[in-house]
Amino acid sequence: MSVAVATPQAAEPVFHVVDEHAHPEGASTMLGFWIYLMSDCLIFAILFATYGVLGGNYAAGPAPKDLFDLKLVALNTAMLLMSSITYGFAMLTMEKRHVGATQMWLAITGLFGLAFLSIELYEFHHMIHEGATPQRSAFLSSFFTLVGTHGLHVTFGIVWLVTLMTQVARSGLIEANRRRLMCLSMFWHFLDVVWIGVFTFVYLLGVLR
Amino acid sequence: MLTNPDIVKAIFGRLTLESLPLHEPIVVLTFVAVAIGGAVMVAGLTYFKLWGYLWREWFTTVDHKRIGIMYMILGIVMLLRGFADAVMMRLQQAMAFGGSEGYLNAHHYDQVFTAHGVIMIFFVAMPLVTGLMNYVVPLQIGARDVSFPFLNNFSFWMTTAGAVLVMISLFVGEFARTGWLAYPPLSNIGYSPDVGVDYYIWALQVAGVGTTLSGVNLICTIVKLRAPGMTMMRMPIFTWTSLCTNILIVASFPVLTVVLALLTLDRYVGTNFFTNDFGGNPMMYVNLIWIWGHPEVYILILPAFGIFSEVTSTFSGKRLFGYTSMVYATVVITILSYLVWLHHFFTMGSGASVNSFFGITTMIISIPTGAKMFNWLFTMYRGRIRYDLPMMWTIAFMLTFVIGGMTGVLLAVPPADFVLHNSLFLVAHFHNVIIGGVVFGAFAGIAYWFPKAFGFKLDVFWGKVSFWCWVVGFYFAFMPLYVLGLMGVTRRLRVFDDPSLQIWFIIAGFGAFLVAVGIAAFLIQIAVSVMRREQLRDVTGDPWNGRTLEWATSSPPPDYNFAFTPMVRDTDAWWDMKRAGYQRPLEGFKPIHMPSNTGTGIILAGLSTVMAFGLIWYIWWLAALSFIALLAVAIGHTFNYHRDFHIPADEVVRVEDERTRLLAAGAKP
Amino acid sequence: MRDILILKGRIVSRLKLLALLPLAAVLGGCNFVVMAPAGDIAAQQRDLVVISTVLMLLIVIPVMALTVWFAWRYRHSNDAAKYDPDWDHSTGLELVIWSAPLAIIICLGAITWMGTHLLDPYRSLDRIAANRPIDRDKAPLEVNVVALDWKWLFIYPEYGVASLNELAAPVDRPINFRITASSVMNSFYIPALAGQIYAMPGMETKLHAVVNHAGKYRGFSANYSGAGFSGMHFAFHGLDDAGFEQWIARTKASSNVLGRTEYLVLEKPSANEPPRGFGTVDADLYRAILNMCVEPGKMCMSEMMSIDAKGGLGLAGLNNTLPLAYDKYARRGTALGPEPSFVAGTCTIDEPQGRIAAQVRESTPLLGAGLKRPSAPFTPLGSSTSLLFGSPSKSQS
Repeated sequence: MSVAVATPQAAEPVFHVVDEHAHPEGASTMLGFWIYLMSDCLIFAILFATYGVLGGNYAAGPAPKDLFDLKLVALNTAMLLMSSITYGFAMLTMEKRHVGATQMWLAITGLFGLAFLSIELYEFHHMIHEGATPQRSAFLSSFFTLVGTHGLHVTFGIVWLVTLMTQVARSGLIEANRRRLMCLSMFWHFLDVVWIGVFTFVYLLGVLR
Repeated sequence: MLTNPDIVKAIFGRLTLESLPLHEPIVVLTFVAVAIGGAVMVAGLTYFKLWGYLWREWFTTVDHKRIGIMYMILGIVMLLRGFADAVMMRLQQAMAFGGSEGYLNAHHYDQVFTAHGVIMIFFVAMPLVTGLMNYVVPLQIGARDVSFPFLNNFSFWMTTAGAVLVMISLFVGEFARTGWLAYPPLSNIGYSPDVGVDYYIWALQVAGVGTTLSGVNLICTIVKLRAPGMTMMRMPIFTWTSLCTNILIVASFPVLTVVLALLTLDRYVGTNFFTNDFGGNPMMYVNLIWIWGHPEVYILILPAFGIFSEVTSTFSGKRLFGYTSMVYATVVITILSYLVWLHHFFTMGSGASVNSFFGITTMIISIPTGAKMFNWLFTMYRGRIRYDLPMMWTIAFMLTFVIGGMTGVLLAVPPADFVLHNSLFLVAHFHNVIIGGVVFGAFAGIAYWFPKAFGFKLDVFWGKVSFWCWVVGFYFAFMPLYVLGLMGVTRRLRVFDDPSLQIWFIIAGFGAFLVAVGIAAFLIQIAVSVMRREQLRDVTGDPWNGRTLEWATSSPPPDYNFAFTPMVRDTDAWWDMKRAGYQRPLEGFKPIHMPSNTGTGIILAGLSTVMAFGLIWYIWWLAALSFIALLAVAIGHTFNYHRDFHIPADEVVRVEDERTRLLAAGAKP
Repeated sequence: MRDILILKGRIVSRLKLLALLPLAAVLGGCNFVVMAPAGDIAAQQRDLVVISTVLMLLIVIPVMALTVWFAWRYRHSNDAAKYDPDWDHSTGLELVIWSAPLAIIICLGAITWMGTHLLDPYRSLDRIAANRPIDRDKAPLEVNVVALDWKWLFIYPEYGVASLNELAAPVDRPINFRITASSVMNSFYIPALAGQIYAMPGMETKLHAVVNHAGKYRGFSANYSGAGFSGMHFAFHGLDDAGFEQWIARTKASSNVLGRTEYLVLEKPSANEPPRGFGTVDADLYRAILNMCVEPGKMCMSEMMSIDAKGGLGLAGLNNTLPLAYDKYARRGTALGPEPSFVAGTCTIDEPQGRIAAQVRESTPLLGAGLKRPSAPFTPLGSSTSLLFGSPSKSQS
């Protein structure tokens, strides 16, 4: 009977896969990572909503127009956008299996990320130094939390990037490493998209208000 | 050295000897009992040299079946704790009349009802539901494991870590005294300055990571790993409800994460999200937490609906009536569950239009739910219903749940809610749907799938004792609360001055006693079944004449679940295979690719527990150190590329031959 | 199998018994205040409870009956019943099982929509009881309610008196409650009078109600608010006109004074406070409580919100906080944050030393924290979302 089952050309119904290949490891990783990103997206959505509700409650303190330096933020935005482009180059060179070039572009991406973080930290430091602390008003609480959460994500992205660069250096562009670079790529671009939201809704509209 | 208060504070944070409740006899006795029990268990495990076995085969396992079983054990253990809280509340409310203060002061009583709610939802209902999904879904879709087996192990241990934190709060410090959703401003630092709310926050955050990741994992599993031929509309209903549940998890738990994080910031660094001053808005917390909280209700009930569907169809010996409408009903419920959150606080004064919008969306959910009820009814219609334990739970569910559904829709009428909100009527309502739905569902699922997991059925006598005690006890415990609600008695009261109410609380207390007997009978049932396992043995792997793929393999299933991945041609795939004259393949086995066990999950969860403990007690060095360790272990884990192995074909042949032998032996008499 | 079914029959009969329990209790003299209230609003809410329940029973009873019947009829041992293992679809039946609940929900939805609007606690009454329209000449009784830890304060602005843990109102005269809280959220509920509504710090909710029968009723907080919650109840007296006048006169005769200083003492947490009256009450006190500026020198929320609506105080506003010297419980802060502080009031001509002029200005609506503000060129809070956070009180002239 098992022989009959194993021959699909017979009229007998086929009950199971006879010639089975092992599921390649990580076949669901991209989907899984996407779903994770969507849950992360929800975190930002709630933070945006919080900012939307509390963003006008200055508690008789300063408003966005008193605090934000658009030129600085524009520079910051440029850093992050550049890092996305350079990550794109890293992925292109990865597809061609150029280990050295990939590593170089990844390093440049990391540097842009660091530049972004430094500028953000400078901005935060400046505001807190002036007295516009997260405790001063609900507006500042929600501002620091939204922007700070994004900054934390970038920080973890950089830690991850360094980890991956080490792994690529150790074992080259093997399939597992390429998959991981793809995941980080999605993560990095996702943070870029979130930042565009932050830049528009928090900074630009804040100053216009 | 330790006399300098600054140094002591730097080392121990807020933790002092006074934090240990040494002056409270109940807690000390509990602690002694737990300590003795724990010591006996540790000694036993050491004596029988089981530590290595437990570590290798269970704690580090990535097998979805074993993780599922561990979830169930976690849920049942925590049920005992949560139920002990319930009994304490019932006792207090039955006693505290006519000037009597009862036996619990406000400090304790308020912790007890908070802990009861938190434990029952997060550490009983969630593990039971997740455990069943973990165990059953991969088998039902013909997969060898979940998509991310390591993540599955990690998720389980994170959930456990949350439960451990709640348990620690019993003996070190205290738990929150805010109600299970910890509304600010009461939960903010000004009004709850002690560690209670911090235990609450960190327990839920740690467990929430596990829940979210397990949601991602099961969605991927269902989407990616279905057996060939199993289209979406051929998935078993339990898999469908699991898919919807996990979508709900992924789309709602981040909201909880954020709202708790904002509360944390308020409490730790003094931000102004939910404060009264500086432009904060406590009502935003209430909105946000219910945006998570309402889908959470459906996260619990949908898998139960799935279980009842499987059970009704199997024990009626009949295809499920209205499969398609069942699927659509599930999907509609999933979507609508996001549009109803405001019905939890109509009394906030949102205005008539907003209230009626949310009231009516809530009622609309009852339409697909009603359709489901009819689908089960017409599955029974023209069936041949066998009254085994799972089916008994299902009938009890159908009769009980409609009452809870009805009172739920009643509470969705805003003017009716104005008089019943926060009353014992509300308490009766949600226990009616959670016990009548989720708990009955979990017991139906346990009775149904237990033989699959262990190879022998559960003892019927003790099962029936448990069943009747639970069902009758439920009615005794909660019908009086409906009545009390109509008398205008509100929830969370510790003492009463109207003596005419006492009789109802005594009846409710009697109900709780019956439920306690039911829980005891359930534990006895397990013990008796283990002892009588040879009489209860099932070698066929299909004790109930099942319909879905999990019954196609042996009980318990081999590590690899299926020697050959099945091909699916029908919704009731196994039923179809049996009818088409399926014969078990006896040769042609190949090596099977499987994930390897890893201890990383339990280590990461352990470090998270330590970090949370440090944060709760302001022991900053401990929190920082464990965070760095956490990062290091996580990164270290990614350097391990060898996470899988092949079960050699010889091994598969050996296992399958063993089964052939057993089947032949079982078929002879 | 048979014995299970007999047992099942038993539990069904037990269920029926349970259904009779409430009835037995009524006969036994229990007080089903929600089902038999003394106020018109609560009576209408009770009617809605009954109508909705009856409507739902139209479908719930058949479902339960069918469950029992099918469970019995199609039991395994009954060979006489038809067995049709492959019957799993019927378009007609599907239509019925979706449309039957739908029909009920359409009816219930219509009732809900109307009932919610008619019984909106913010809506002024248009009748005293069924078939008894309101007397437009008779001004409603104004009562300002403050939920304190853990007691209730009632201020009668019209009479200049206040009472603690005791509320009185004349029969058949509409009552307008304005409700707020001092520290945490509570819910103001007198089951005999009308449905509950939250009392929230820095925010105001409203309730319109009327009591139709004289008597003494229970009122309490229906939302857990901390350790003293169980003792947070009060007596509500429905009195005839003469009795009410007497009650007011008696309260007015009390030598207790309720000014800001006294309030700051009163609001400190305490439970099971005996009822007492205050013969003299600061006319501005309720506004100050609502705007959370009873403490001297603290900026009122109304002022803060109008400043915010104009774009805040700029960088200068960074310096207008003062360390918080007084806290209801104790002076304490967060582990990692700065010491607690508060926003100092600015001295304006209208509000010298942060105090609001006694004359109520109605040009800007009274608002709570985070509620909808007066219109500004761009506010992140759209009017639609503001609906979710409690509706702000409309300015009344």
